[in-house]
Amino acid sequence: MSALELTDVVVEYERRGLEPVRAVAGASLEVERGAIVGLVGESGCGKSTLARAAVGMVAPRSGTVSFEGREVKPLTRGARPHELVRLQMVFQNPFSSLNPRRRVGEQIGDALAVLGLASRPQRAGRIAELLEQVGLPQAAARGYPHEFSGGQRQRIAIARALAASPSVIVLDEPLASLDASAQAQIANLLVELARELEVGLLLISHDLAIVRHVADTVAVMYLGLIAETAPTSELWAMPLHPYSEALIAAVPHADGSGTMPEALPGEVPDPSRPPPGCRFHPRCPYAFDRCPSEEPALVALAPARSAACWLQQPGATLATPAVKSASRLASTRSAE
Amino acid sequence: MTPILDVNRLRVRLPTPDGPATVVDGIDYRVEPGEVFGIAGESGSGKTMSVLALMGLLPQGAAVEGQAVFEGQDLLHLPPSKLRRICGRELAMVFQDPMTSLHPMLSIGTQLTEHVRQHLGLGRRAAAELAVETLREVRIPDPESALNAFPHQFSGGMRQRIAIAVALACRPKLLIADEPTTALDVTVQAGIIRLLDRLRTESGLTIVLITHDLGVLSSIADRVSVFYAGRVVEAGTRIDVLGHPRHPYTRALLDALPHPEATATPLIAIHGAPPTPRRIPPGCAFHPRCSYVQASCREAIPPLVPVNGRALACPVDPLRVGIPG
Repeated sequence: MSALELTDVVVEYERRGLEPVRAVAGASLEVERGAIVGLVGESGCGKSTLARAAVGMVAPRSGTVSFEGREVKPLTRGARPHELVRLQMVFQNPFSSLNPRRRVGEQIGDALAVLGLASRPQRAGRIAELLEQVGLPQAAARGYPHEFSGGQRQRIAIARALAASPSVIVLDEPLASLDASAQAQIANLLVELARELEVGLLLISHDLAIVRHVADTVAVMYLGLIAETAPTSELWAMPLHPYSEALIAAVPHADGSGTMPEALPGEVPDPSRPPPGCRFHPRCPYAFDRCPSEEPALVALAPARSAACWLQQPGATLATPAVKSASRLASTRSAE
Repeated sequence: MTPILDVNRLRVRLPTPDGPATVVDGIDYRVEPGEVFGIAGESGSGKTMSVLALMGLLPQGAAVEGQAVFEGQDLLHLPPSKLRRICGRELAMVFQDPMTSLHPMLSIGTQLTEHVRQHLGLGRRAAAELAVETLREVRIPDPESALNAFPHQFSGGMRQRIAIAVALACRPKLLIADEPTTALDVTVQAGIIRLLDRLRTESGLTIVLITHDLGVLSSIADRVSVFYAGRVVEAGTRIDVLGHPRHPYTRALLDALPHPEATATPLIAIHGAPPTPRRIPPGCAFHPRCSYVQASCREAIPPLVPVNGRALACPVDPLRVGIPG
């Protein structure tokens, strides 16, 4: 059993006088301890909403979220159940998630005090240990957030999440507001934490290059649904869903070669009115007659690999959408 | 060829509560007509300030020194009324966030025709026709009805295309784009990169592209200047600078990026953080973070000198010394 399990989660946002927006339309995901799961997709695909549902910040309309075998109930006025403290979240912007008027040590110590994880005399030692785990000096405890750079602030936010001795941390775009060198430092830190503390990480990011480097498995999300899941290296070697293929082709390479990234035509459609059939078909270069009429389900195609595409059938040999599409066209032509 | 923009010894000082801070410290570059000139560097390296200075958009109290000759006129020493005639007409700028650079309460049509009528003296109808043509150029579907729409009705990528259209409406000779793709998804970013490339090849537009994303510069820039702490540390052709970097900082920036073949190894992060303008280290500003540091680096600022067709501000050549252990 995985530490964090999301099953067929649907999240809708109500709008006055309009039909609700279905931001997540039935997505399933698992995060095991010590593993890093990357969740990627364009803005508006519902990845942040899914992350929020995973920690109980928004209530799913249907489907279940369970953490260590217990249901994650949405936040209410009451205190969060004690069992859920081991499920933590880190937000994109460390400038707004830290209190500017309190010392760093106090903010990390809050979790220890509230949860009774360390007595007052032990607290300073534990805070120093947490700061060391994220690569900051002990003296950082006495500073205020504004005295630190963006990367250091993100380390502080991670230390605060670690104070609760979590088994899973959900990170929503933790690297997005950082420079390349700070990004590399935080990315390395995340890998270290997952390996050494056996924390499971759900890493939401639009930066495919960094996810590729950090994540063990990747889930690709499009318009509220998971389009493909795969071990990271396999996804890059051979994407099975046309959308994953397009995302990978759009990443520019910093090698000075002058190769142009491939643009994906069109836009992410309005989630309140998703296209019929496969949601990706209006932008898909390989769409055929079946795609606009029937919606493909996410099916297992190989160990740890699944995709939701009519070009991919269980039991068939694995190949990229381009290869599958070419052979489909060849066989329809010979049938005529 | 005469450069379209020739910047010499540009220096910008900004007032801070603790006295003036030098954010741009003697920068030189030349932009040739029809090229995409890339400026790379981390936040706080002075990339943005160095171009805001050209357009007279620096915060109040800023002191500017040096020269920036655009088409024979020194932009830094023009009276404001003359500068205003050039900016927006021959020299245009696109910013990072299209949501803040477009006015939320004005229609796209108004924002696309106001400056056209002002600068080119066109009538209402002629300006509207030009606006439709410009929107078509940046591939906005159904440009006629887009004129009556408002920014919030478009997606981020479409908004950035509209912001580019606003900048291009007066047919400027030089477009300065400051992190134009940073707020966008990769798929949309690829579209904007291709758009800029098409504008350059089809209409001979010259582009100064500022970005921290070396991948973006790798796809489109002809020449690249790398900024660190308000100075140029390495400059040259795209292939030289990004394909075969010789300054330790350029190398380190490229090494910090995820590499396609080496996914199992940790990323090589540059330790430490870039200095703030008030606390720039003596000597080479990069020396506290540099793995090739020598005694001389702590004392004198290495000058930017020509080395085999590129400009380099480093006495140590990483290629010759080899990778430190």
